Amino acid sequence: MTVEKQFSPEALKELKALLGNPKQLLTQKEDLIPYSFDGTATLEKMPVAVAFPHSTEEVAALMKWAIEHKCPIVSRGSGTGLSGGSVPSDPSVVVCLTQLNRILEVDSKNLTLLAESGCITQSIFDAAAEVGLFYPPDPGSMKISTIGGNVAENSGGLRGLKYGVTRDYIMGLEVVMPDASVCWLGNKCVKDVAGYSLKDIFIGSEGTLGIITKVLIKLLPQPASRQTLLATYSKMEDAAATVSAIIEAKIIPCTLEFLDNITINCVEDFTHVGLPRDAAALLLMETDGHPQAVEDEIRAMASLAKIHNATTVQVAKNAEEAQALTTARRSAFSALARVSPTTILEDATVPRSELVKMIRFISEVGEKYSLRIGTFGHMGDGNLHPTFLTDETNHEEMERVEKAMVDIFDYAISLGGTITGEHGVGTAKKAFLPRSIGSIQMRLLRDIKKSLDPHNLLNPGKIFDA
Amino acid sequence: MKKLSELDFSIVQQCMHCGLCLPHCPTYLETLNEKNSPRGRISLMRQISLGNLELNKNFADEMSYCLGCVSCQANCPAGVDYTTLFETSRSSIEEAGINKNPFRKAIRHLFFRIIFQDLRKLRFLARTLRLFQSLKLDRALLKLQQWHLFPKSLANLVSKAPRIQNHFTHELLREHEKPTQARHKVLLLSGCVQDISYSHVNRDTMEVLVHHDCEVITPAQQHCCGSLHVHNGDAKGAEQLARKNLDMMDSLEGIDAIISNAGGCGSHLKHYDSFLADDQEYAAKARVWSHKVKDIHEWLFSIGIKNLEASPFTNDSPKEKLCYHQACHLCHAQGIKQEPIALLKSMGTHELVPLKEADLCCGSAGIYSLTQPETAQNLKQRKLENIKNSGAQVVAVANPGCHAHLSSSQSSDSQGESMKFVHPVSLYAEQLRKLSKEAN
Repeated sequence: MTVEKQFSPEALKELKALLGNPKQLLTQKEDLIPYSFDGTATLEKMPVAVAFPHSTEEVAALMKWAIEHKCPIVSRGSGTGLSGGSVPSDPSVVVCLTQLNRILEVDSKNLTLLAESGCITQSIFDAAAEVGLFYPPDPGSMKISTIGGNVAENSGGLRGLKYGVTRDYIMGLEVVMPDASVCWLGNKCVKDVAGYSLKDIFIGSEGTLGIITKVLIKLLPQPASRQTLLATYSKMEDAAATVSAIIEAKIIPCTLEFLDNITINCVEDFTHVGLPRDAAALLLMETDGHPQAVEDEIRAMASLAKIHNATTVQVAKNAEEAQALTTARRSAFSALARVSPTTILEDATVPRSELVKMIRFISEVGEKYSLRIGTFGHMGDGNLHPTFLTDETNHEEMERVEKAMVDIFDYAISLGGTITGEHGVGTAKKAFLPRSIGSIQMRLLRDIKKSLDPHNLLNPGKIFDA
Repeated sequence: MKKLSELDFSIVQQCMHCGLCLPHCPTYLETLNEKNSPRGRISLMRQISLGNLELNKNFADEMSYCLGCVSCQANCPAGVDYTTLFETSRSSIEEAGINKNPFRKAIRHLFFRIIFQDLRKLRFLARTLRLFQSLKLDRALLKLQQWHLFPKSLANLVSKAPRIQNHFTHELLREHEKPTQARHKVLLLSGCVQDISYSHVNRDTMEVLVHHDCEVITPAQQHCCGSLHVHNGDAKGAEQLARKNLDMMDSLEGIDAIISNAGGCGSHLKHYDSFLADDQEYAAKARVWSHKVKDIHEWLFSIGIKNLEASPFTNDSPKEKLCYHQACHLCHAQGIKQEPIALLKSMGTHELVPLKEADLCCGSAGIYSLTQPETAQNLKQRKLENIKNSGAQVVAVANPGCHAHLSSSQSSDSQGESMKFVHPVSLYAEQLRKLSKEAN
């Protein structure tokens, strides 16, 4: 189908009338430019308008308008995504859900929380913590990312190793479908096998199948105790060997984060928490749970680190010190921007057992193409973040970055890994998806998309071309 | 100062739009609109410097809406130099004459180029205002304005002005004050607003410095630092003032530190080096100057804060509760957060209680309460609410702008009046005087 390139002023007026307040629709150039990108480097496209719905009904009304005017809709939260998933399509209306942001219920009898999709992840964590409960997924941007965005991208975070990812905490969703109907998927039941598990199709769908408006979240009791440990290494391999040893010792810490030397220095420049600038690698480990178990585990991890040639092993003295270290780690990606004008972040992921090979390969690729690559990531779950430190205005170098990226993806796939562990495909990794999942899966994806969104109105051109 | 279009593109490019600034931006938290956020503003600057967007009214309005609190800069992992972007934008906007109208031009000229260029003129104006305030004419003006008999902007200007002190700095302390045994020699900057409205803070600063074995030189004729100018797009006026301040002393040799006790001034005073980098005559002296400028808390902390002994006459009644408001240009622009708290703890007189959102801008931001009264008022209410919830009776604040804004009375908020706002140094000096009185 063809999409009308321009929308008449009448059509936009109609759109404005659907929302409670004229301030809920932006159409001026200066208002639109700030919505022409997300957290991904080098991608931008202007939307036709940005709408801020305040209710599910308003979202449904917007969807109806979109069907009538054949206008693509790109839904987004705070726009911190790292694969270009919420960069506007051309043309499109952006539906920004950040003002749909109420926490509707905390149910401590069923250990659930119901929130509108524009709620900030941190506020969900805080609301749960207030009643002694725990929402584990903690993507790096959790202070500003929205829960709806987390669901749409199936975000991970630092605690993935022990607690899993966003998907593992979603019990239900309210979704505005591409035909403007409003659909509830899931419930508060721990067990439910009535029909296909449809909510799971929407988790990680990157806004291509529906617009998520409410999220029913599963919570856990708060761990009684938590301890953090920092180990530094003069050889990257020793850090990797420590991780393998910990997993082999049947310990599942909640966090096993890895930073290489470039990343250590950038993070230290920003945070001044006292990271050792000369270390080749660093492991940030955290364990939580029953105080006695935590005590045992942290001691075991410390001694395993020492056995594997850690140059220093240091347990955080108190909660503040531990917090400072994790906060420092969260800033890693953005801090790397200190080194170069453009930072291109990847999240190739491999089975844990293949990590050492992958890390070695990344540094070889850097040498082969004469590129600077800062690597950090979630060592415990095999999710790495090699980050190219480059300059988008240097076209020759950008070509080398492209080549290096292809090599890294191909190698990750050959090790039984994936091209993206937690950032999504969006447009940034679209070209690599077929080789990662194969033609049959590609066909299944297209079939699902076609059956739910036959007119290709929701986030067209993302993940794959319909 | 360079224009936005001439600015080194790498400063704009440094922003990788990750969005981690958003939760720290007071205006974004107010509206949840990206345009009102640091990365949104930078995206506009980027399009302007690329030639895809013209320098227009909408951009000018947006830059006026920005508080310049630089909380974003302090919280930016990528190290974006937002201060330069902000100042360059505002200056480019003024040069392009986007908001030009005769009344605004006259007012700006009067304040930036005449009154705040010469402290004698400011003091003259202050004396007039003092008379006004003592006769309660400022309130009368507000009434007249309510009956539409007086222009709102002028009535606001007069009614929102801080109380003028009976004595200015040079009437409260000598140009040269010496301890019995001097270990350091410092130059004390008395400021402009500080000089007329909080001159006692300058007196207190001197006393605390002397108690810390510092010889204190406070020239009677001083000048505004120029931060007001540079934040409002008058780079030229600011440059003139920077030179005047550098001329104040023939030589800075033998001076261990140049002390500022106003957060807003300190952050700008420390930047004279980059500000006058292209000025052949002044660049070298500006570098020495910037190197020596220290915020009072920073300086005391570095030479070792002297703990005050508890008064032997203290009764057992519970200590008064005290909280500390982190002024933006102290905590975000200068990174000074722990030092004032260390000073407050050293007195042993109060119970220091935590303040929620202590480092969120109170809405004062220079002349923001005049240019953006609505947002300034919202942020003030938010701050006062947090103070109220902290349970503190006394609020320590180390910037005259915040002090005046938070304590000014408005019909819609009476809570500000019942709270006691004090400079940390004044609290320390107060206890110092009390102890010495008891000792005698």
